[in-house]
Amino acid sequence: MIKKTLSIIAFAASLTATGIASAETKVGFVYVGPIGDHGWSYQHNQGRLAVEKELGVKTTYVESVKEGADAERVIRKLAADGNDIIFTTSFGYMNPTNKVAKKFPNVKFEHATGYKRGKNVSTYSGRFYEGRTLLGTIAGKMTKTNTIGYVASFPIPEVIRGINATIIAARKVNPDVKIKVVWVSTWFDPGKEGDAAKALIDQGADIIMQHTDSPAPLQVAEKRGVWAFGQASDMKAFAPKAHLTAIIDDWAPYYVERVKAAMDGTWESKDTWDGFKTGMVVMAPLSEDIPEDVRKMVKEQEKMIIDGTLHSFQGPIKNQKGEIVVKEGETMSDKDLAGMNWYVEGVDGTIPK
Amino acid sequence: MDILIAAILTIITAATPLLFAALGELITEKSGVLNLGVEGMMIMGAIIGFLTVNQTGSVTLAILASMLAGILTATVFGILVLVFHASQVPTGLALTIFGLGLSALIGQSMIGVAYEGIPKLAIPVISSIPILGDILFNQDILVYLSIFMVFVVYWFVNSSRPGLILRAVGDSHDAAHAMGYSVIKIRFLAILFGGAMAGIGGGYLSLAYSPLWVEGMTAGRGWIALALVVFASWKVGRVFMGAYLFGGITILQLHAQAIGIGIPPQVMSMLPYLATIIVLVLISSDRTKIKLNAPASLGKPFHESR
Repeated sequence: MIKKTLSIIAFAASLTATGIASAETKVGFVYVGPIGDHGWSYQHNQGRLAVEKELGVKTTYVESVKEGADAERVIRKLAADGNDIIFTTSFGYMNPTNKVAKKFPNVKFEHATGYKRGKNVSTYSGRFYEGRTLLGTIAGKMTKTNTIGYVASFPIPEVIRGINATIIAARKVNPDVKIKVVWVSTWFDPGKEGDAAKALIDQGADIIMQHTDSPAPLQVAEKRGVWAFGQASDMKAFAPKAHLTAIIDDWAPYYVERVKAAMDGTWESKDTWDGFKTGMVVMAPLSEDIPEDVRKMVKEQEKMIIDGTLHSFQGPIKNQKGEIVVKEGETMSDKDLAGMNWYVEGVDGTIPK
Repeated sequence: MDILIAAILTIITAATPLLFAALGELITEKSGVLNLGVEGMMIMGAIIGFLTVNQTGSVTLAILASMLAGILTATVFGILVLVFHASQVPTGLALTIFGLGLSALIGQSMIGVAYEGIPKLAIPVISSIPILGDILFNQDILVYLSIFMVFVVYWFVNSSRPGLILRAVGDSHDAAHAMGYSVIKIRFLAILFGGAMAGIGGGYLSLAYSPLWVEGMTAGRGWIALALVVFASWKVGRVFMGAYLFGGITILQLHAQAIGIGIPPQVMSMLPYLATIIVLVLISSDRTKIKLNAPASLGKPFHESR
């Protein structure tokens, strides 16, 4: 009897203990789009779910928060509600995040894709260009017309870096390949993105890549019978034949690590820019239509990028005029990569100013 | 040559949603009502059409559902401005914001759902004429319908008696009222027609243009349609030309970029609006021209008691 009572007490005590533990850490997330956008915000939400599952902590999220004044209100509310660590997942949340962080010194903030840090503000982003290197290799190998069509959003370093990484890799396996870029001046307009893909295909592109958010270019590729790649998440559902692979943003490992650090008290402000190595950037399954040897080559490249023997921006790299910018044996620094505003050799056209 | 045909085919798909929405708005404005909610009505048409084709698999039902969604959204606007005399401009703006939000809510289950698009309807024999056959006679049903509607609306506004009454209501509701016409009823019908056409235009986006559903997929096309009506100075033929011109500018600039002609894309994005502003300046510098076309009572509320 005594034994039984004791065990009940012990059981109850363990319940309270876990109860306290889970009440201790609260995590907040702010998304720029709806969690069902099948792209950027969807992937961040997958990361949140992983945190809940692996650490058993309570999380809260607010979706479709416009960048600007509204964001500050939402972030402040999350901080005031007693969240211990808050992830703000869009570039435009940079100033609101830092502003709120100053008022809540005990709350930890994590801002995606920004560059302003503080005592309690970390920044993080993915090296998506590593994925572009693999796409470039596949595209260079598979194009018959030697023309890659690229639907681009805005001429910011993030996008230009992706274009350059693609063509550098493509020309290594196929020196004749060139890339045509069409800027649509929007992250999101399915009609226009699709039209851009059509224009590129009409001009001879037989591989379509995109740095915009909707699956419309893939749908066009499927209809016209050319190849294409998904963006931010696996988009095979929209183009079962045309979809070769996709670059996927996987935030789960980072989110779990950072929340754990906040729980342990080991959290400190830092800048993280991770790629294949930590699994922040991963590839969707490679399509069966990619030739066996190319698939092998891509897998090999992925391994080399992870162990550091291959870098997407490894010299010699020439600019459009043919001048050497990065010498043989050198690689571009993160600082230069972060501010990249010029095209490498092999890109058609000029960057809109 | 092939590239030219390809460009023209793309221009047709880009122009069709604008044409539908602008023809509808033209009729609404001809009755003297300014409905700024075109974007909201379009997006409602887009989600309801996509939802219907996904549930039933029937293109016909989907198009009808798009139309109905536009009509229902327009009904809200009609009741507010005609029955409760709400101011037209803010009500129209509210309708746009309301439509964008409601469609997002309805469409939650449709995100990530694929649809192959409504089929092309090749007209036998003549569709095999080289070049012209592909451009003119191998389109989907909605493209044919949009062209058909240009003729219908043209005939209605310029040659029919109801069209004359509509213009009378738009030009002077007091005079029309004195002649015994029911201003409210006529305006309500004009608003509903505008809603139906905007709904179909939205349906074209999610069923044919880029057959999928994503939040906010109209991406400002409702506003271009509104600008188009002013650009056309309320003339049906010019609405048709304007829709193809505005659609054409977008597509040609994409082609220009792919060829490597460096025109800043931002300039091209603002061209439709710039053209509209220029037309506004031109018609306001010549008073007689506005009198000919612009509905004189546009945007003015009507009270029977006065």
